[in-house]
Amino acid sequence: MLASLIIVFREVLEAGLIVGIVLAATQGVPGRGRSISLGIVGGMVGSCIVAAFADGISSLFADTGQEMFNATVLLIAVVMLAWHNAWMAQHGRELARDMKAVGRAVQSGEKSLAALAIVIGVAVLREGSEVVLFLTGILASDEGGIATVATGGLGGMALGAVVSVLLYAGLLQIPTRHLFATTTWLLTLLAAGMAATAVNFLAQGGILMAGGTVLWDTSDVLRDNSLVGQALHVLVGYTDRPTEAQLIAYVGVVVGILLLTRWAASGAPPSNNSHVASAAE
Amino acid sequence: MRRVSLLSAAFGIALSGAALVHAIPAQAADTVTIVIKDHKFEPAEVKVPANKRVTLLVDNQDATSEEFESGEMKVEKIVGGRKQIKVMVGPLKPGRYPFFGEFHEATAQGVVIAE
Repeated sequence: MLASLIIVFREVLEAGLIVGIVLAATQGVPGRGRSISLGIVGGMVGSCIVAAFADGISSLFADTGQEMFNATVLLIAVVMLAWHNAWMAQHGRELARDMKAVGRAVQSGEKSLAALAIVIGVAVLREGSEVVLFLTGILASDEGGIATVATGGLGGMALGAVVSVLLYAGLLQIPTRHLFATTTWLLTLLAAGMAATAVNFLAQGGILMAGGTVLWDTSDVLRDNSLVGQALHVLVGYTDRPTEAQLIAYVGVVVGILLLTRWAASGAPPSNNSHVASAAE
Repeated sequence: MRRVSLLSAAFGIALSGAALVHAIPAQAADTVTIVIKDHKFEPAEVKVPANKRVTLLVDNQDATSEEFESGEMKVEKIVGGRKQIKVMVGPLKPGRYPFFGEFHEATAQGVVIAE
C-alpha cells in the first residue's frame, strides 16, 4: 500500500512541480486560475483516454508509438514554454510594474496562458496516464484492490499537491521585481530538460541513432531516480548520465529561448526595452 | 480545448508519418527476450554483445502493466498486461546494467551484462 502511494506521489510530483512554477510565473495575470485548472483537468481526462488506448498507442509506428507519443508531447511543451517566455519578455514588465497595462495585454496574455495551460495539460497527461495504468492494474489484480488504489491515488496526489504548493510559496518569497526573471529562467531550464528527455525517447525508439554516447556519470553523487534527483530533473533537467544528443538539445533550447526572448524584447515598446533586457539576464 | 486540438493535430501528423516509418527496413540487430511473470524477470540476468545496438523484447505475461526502466541503459517504457514491447539499447560498453519494473520494484529486478 505504501509502495503504491510512493509511486503515485512520484508521478504527481513531476506534474506538480511544473504547476508550481507556472503558478509563480503567472503572478498577476488575470484568468490564470481558470487556465491552469483547465490544464490540470484536461490532463487528467486525457490521462484516462491515453491509458485506455495505451496498447494501441504503443503498437503504432512499428512499436515505437510510446516513444513517439512521449517525445511529441514533450516537444509541444517546449514550444509552448518558448512562446510564453517570449511573450513575457514583451509584456511581463508591464504586468509587474503597472497593473493598468494588464487590460491592454489581456488578449495576448490569454494566448500565453493558453500556452502554459497546454504545458500543464501535457505534463499531467504524461504522468497521469502512468498513474492510471498502474492503479487500474492493481484494481484488476488481487494485490490489494480498492483500498490500495484509494490510498495510493488520493494520498499520492495530496502529497504531490503539498510539494507543489511549497514550491509555489517558496517562489513567492522572491521579491516581485526578481520573480519574473527567476521564473523565466526556471521555465527555460524546464523546457531544456524536457527537450533532453524527448531526445532520449527518440533514441530509445530507434528514431535518433546518433549521439548516444554517455558523456559523464554522476550517479554516485545523485541518482536521477532518487527523490531529490527526480525533483532536479523536472526543475532544471538534471540527469545523471547525459548523452551527447541530450546535451546538445539542452544547450540548444536554452540558447534558442534566450535568443527568442531577446528578439521579442527588442520588438517591445522602446520605454520597456532596458527593463526587459535586464529581466532576461 | 486548445490543448486537445493541438494534441490531436500532433497525432494526425504522427499518424500520417506511420507509413514512412514502416518503410524503413528493420535494423539487423540482436534481439534478447526478457519475460515478466509474477512480477519477476525471467531470465533476471541477460547477456548482450558490447558496443552494439541491441533490441530487448520484454514479454509481459502478467495481467497487470509494468514499467520497464533502467537509468543505466536510459530506458523507460510501459508494457501492458499480456503485451510485449521492444526497446533499443546501446551501444553499451562492457559492464553491468541493472533494470527494474517500476510498478513492482520489490520483486522485478534484473541486469543486462554487456560483454
